[in-house]
Amino acid sequence: MDTRPQIAAVRFGTAPRPEAPLPEDPVAWLDQQTRAAPPPLPPPPGRDAPASLEEGYSAWIAHDATPPPAGQASVPTQMFRAEQQAWVRHLLTSDAPFHDRLTNFWLNHFTVAERGGFGMTTGFPHFLRQAIRPHVTGRFVDMLVAASRAPAMLFYLDQVASVGPNSNFGKRSGRGLNENLAREILELHSVSPAAGYSQADVTEFARIMTGWGVERLRPPFDLVFRPGNHEPGAKTLLGKHYAEGPEAYEAALRDLAAHPATHRFLAGRLVRHFVADTPPPDAVARIEGVLRDTQGDLGEAARALVRLPGAWGPPLTKLRAPLDYVVAMHRAAGATDPGPVLGALSALGQPLWNAPQPNGWPDIAAGWAAPEPMMQRLDIAYETAGRHARLDPRQVLETALGPLAREETRIAVGRAGSTRDAITLVFASPEMQRR
Amino acid sequence: MSQTHLPRIGRRGVLLGLTALAAAGPARLAVADVAAPAAQIMDRRLVVILLRGAMDGLHAVVPYGDPDYATLRGALALAEPGAEGGVLDLGGSFGLHPKLTELHALYARGELLPVHAVAGPYRTRSHFDGQDLMEGGGEQRLESGWLNRALTHIPESAGQPARTGLALGLDLPLLMRGEAPVGMWAPPRATRPEPDLYARMADLLHADPVIGPSVTEGMRGRGYATGALSAGAPIPGNQGGFTRLAHAAGRMLARVDGPRVAALELGGWDTHAGQAQRIDPVLVQLDRGIAALRVQLGEAWSRTAVLAITEFGRTARANGNLGTDHGTGGAAFLAGGAVQGGRVLANWPGLKRDALFENRDLQPTRDLRGLAKALLRDHLRLPENAVDAAFPGSAAVAPEGGLLRA
Repeated sequence: MDTRPQIAAVRFGTAPRPEAPLPEDPVAWLDQQTRAAPPPLPPPPGRDAPASLEEGYSAWIAHDATPPPAGQASVPTQMFRAEQQAWVRHLLTSDAPFHDRLTNFWLNHFTVAERGGFGMTTGFPHFLRQAIRPHVTGRFVDMLVAASRAPAMLFYLDQVASVGPNSNFGKRSGRGLNENLAREILELHSVSPAAGYSQADVTEFARIMTGWGVERLRPPFDLVFRPGNHEPGAKTLLGKHYAEGPEAYEAALRDLAAHPATHRFLAGRLVRHFVADTPPPDAVARIEGVLRDTQGDLGEAARALVRLPGAWGPPLTKLRAPLDYVVAMHRAAGATDPGPVLGALSALGQPLWNAPQPNGWPDIAAGWAAPEPMMQRLDIAYETAGRHARLDPRQVLETALGPLAREETRIAVGRAGSTRDAITLVFASPEMQRR
Repeated sequence: MSQTHLPRIGRRGVLLGLTALAAAGPARLAVADVAAPAAQIMDRRLVVILLRGAMDGLHAVVPYGDPDYATLRGALALAEPGAEGGVLDLGGSFGLHPKLTELHALYARGELLPVHAVAGPYRTRSHFDGQDLMEGGGEQRLESGWLNRALTHIPESAGQPARTGLALGLDLPLLMRGEAPVGMWAPPRATRPEPDLYARMADLLHADPVIGPSVTEGMRGRGYATGALSAGAPIPGNQGGFTRLAHAAGRMLARVDGPRVAALELGGWDTHAGQAQRIDPVLVQLDRGIAALRVQLGEAWSRTAVLAITEFGRTARANGNLGTDHGTGGAAFLAGGAVQGGRVLANWPGLKRDALFENRDLQPTRDLRGLAKALLRDHLRLPENAVDAAFPGSAAVAPEGGLLRA
């Protein structure tokens, strides 16, 4: 039996749903999702539009003036929770799951996390909808520029606090550089340490960025450039010179996006995500070449990933991270309620948009397959099955695993003592835990 | 096959203590206590706490006696002992951050040894490279952790109920990854499947090269932990995550048949801005966590050493946002009844401009590996080849003498 339609759905997509037929031509189905406009992402339930930066900042100001009573979530946090619900509901019901997987991939590449505080949470709807999603099949440089200028990122990595020490404001106040964002853009978002940059490069990049910050207390409620905070003089980053002024930041980002080390780094990460924990060098070279030849066209890279021979063979090589696993269970059950998904993600150590560190979540099995986390998966499989115990287990099995189901799994599901136990076994099976 | 098919794992599951998952009473434990061999009672205990995000050593262990300290730190400088908000004195030159009251009480008992101007052998300022190198223990990145490699040299007996090593929380840190199987514990969920269903799931997963061994190990670990933790008062659930994990760790390490080595993690140290506020709750967690270990370890605390380490220190000067950026030399803590504490271990390089590393960071004068090697050799009494395997290429770094009580 042809396994390619199922693999397209589990490896490139976010897993099949019962009412959505598998694609007859998997490659065409995947290609189409990389060429069409991003599928619409509805606003949170009960809202006409997603929360704007201004609305988020107003709620933040109101919170600071009058904090909510103990035990009650603040309005900015409630707005962030609503956005989480909107995204998970979309993940569960979307018919463009390859685009969604790519979005999740790039959100992890450009990690911002709730633990960064209201600066992150109030800016996150903008970050998701305007900085990341429009570019996941566009050009990397546009995503790098958008993410690096997004207020959520500027708060999360402390750029909002950075001041040129020799700027007017710096001299007056004694405040100075904060190099956090500069370092992480180099290390995690663009060239990676393989480019061999030095501490001096980090400091120079931080100087280049000075002046860029966020005005959250008054219009424009957005990214701003404050000339009085900008470090005077020309700067040098990775051997390139940048003149003083607001244009240097974007110019530096564009040079970083075009750097060969960036293409190599991104290719390795993409191949790791779609092919194997240890990326095969020929596959990395292929994707790196596509990125180089197309000036970082992520749509072309996605289509090239789909055409890598190593991306299609069973056995399934990748262990599903909790986000993949939990969404796959709920999609297989035909669920639409985001609440249990968000709870399960926290329980399994991958709370949505709240990675512990700026390098995001692991994308290898070793990051998730330790003994107790695997046991917690089994517990979550049982809980999830309990919510859907009225479904026909054979149907859940066909949807979730189709031709990838092993004979052992079919037999065990058939022998289970209850529908809940049977669905638990589908969800716990090794073929369900992989993609 | 019949309808009463018993999953293959069934017999093995029972042997591994799977039935304990259903809930075990104290009665069962009493048997386990009696059965523990007397020789194990003398076993030492080692706890390693990874402080992720780079703890500012100059803010945790304050060199208030250094003539350049107050000027260099500016608004981040803490007051001298006795002043309002002042540090807790450590014998005249150094002081603990005022939130570290439990640690200060340990110091007074001679059970806390703050170590200063210490760093790993690497000089990266990347968190992620630094953490991997700190945990790997080599001069390049390694796929296993130094503590796991050390564990491979501690023989486990066939009937031993708990693994020698225990990791707390849902993340198995690189420090504990490797060939030696380790136990894990994380707070349980409200409901769990019946043992029979676990056995059926384990049966399906048994052959998977990644998931199978983890589930087998996970069942074994849960079987032990469920019993071990059911004795005594419930683990407090309303405390911060780290304190709760430390509580559970102490409870299991205290048992004669329990693990001997545990690893915990505590994040939140990456204080680039507003450090004075951001660091307080993290210091409190560390303080309470180590206190929970001591209380729960009880009599075994006298044979325990706790090592708390971070990937690197932070810039010696405040960064203009009342925070600090990634640096080099920093502080570490050794605590425990087995530790020769009540003093500060430091070859203090001073904070003069010329003394700083790259005119920026506290100059390291001591290698973290010397501390860890001493604990492996002198505390766990591991042979030389085990210590070498834990820290390859570290022949030039001698195990630090005098860390432990005679």
